[in-house]
Amino acid sequence: MSRQANRGTESKKMSSELFTLTYGALVTQLCKDYENDEDVNKQLDKMGYNIGVRLIEDFLARSNVGKCHDFRETADVIAKVAFKMYLGITPSITNWSPAGDEFSLILENNPLVDFVELPDNHSSLIYSNLLCGVLRGALEMVQMAVEAKFVQDILKGDGVTEIRMRFIRRIEDNLPVGEE
Amino acid sequence: MLETDTFKLHCFQTLTGIKFVVLADPRQAGIDSLLRKIYEIYSDFALKNPFYSLEMPIRCELFEQNLKLALEVAEKAGTFGPGS
Repeated sequence: MSRQANRGTESKKMSSELFTLTYGALVTQLCKDYENDEDVNKQLDKMGYNIGVRLIEDFLARSNVGKCHDFRETADVIAKVAFKMYLGITPSITNWSPAGDEFSLILENNPLVDFVELPDNHSSLIYSNLLCGVLRGALEMVQMAVEAKFVQDILKGDGVTEIRMRFIRRIEDNLPVGEE
Repeated sequence: MLETDTFKLHCFQTLTGIKFVVLADPRQAGIDSLLRKIYEIYSDFALKNPFYSLEMPIRCELFEQNLKLALEVAEKAGTFGPGS
């Protein structure tokens, strides 16, 4: 899957089945390694974070979006540009808090969980927690400290998957952001 | 951009705070698009290499190869095109 300098019309398409299988293999291996759901959730978040800090550059280099002036713009860019670009879905943005510092992303479908069913012994596993880490890592690199967490999950019987995004603060210090 | 008689220093800063600095001949054109291209090359060959750690010097061969290619392309294009 290595890219040439001049891709031209070379197709970038990869099977989404392979993606689902890869992610599934990752989660199940983590479950074997850590034996309890909370630790797996933490690892998924960490891995997502490491992806996010790199993904943001690819996103900015390719999408040409400018600086966002407020959290609402950020929400729009995340849902309409970023999710579309990387997962081929466009979540809807709802449930803005009165202060404008919290919103929800509603995912009607989630490519990570195609064909997945959560067994009873993994009821507190947040299967797609990688996504929360990605969002957190990516936004941190553009000087925003946020919290992302799943509040509804199709895998747990809810009708939709809902990620709650909360703006914590603007990051003013210019210390290099490392990976976790 | 810093300009002297012997060179122009172009700087492109990303929204994440990374700065790409190019020193070029004052008559060289097309540096803006070169800087964007370098950003893409960085996001591909440095960041997508899981063995490259952020903030460290980039010692990735593919990165250097592609960077070299981009510089060659820019050099050729810049001498014929109008100023950017």
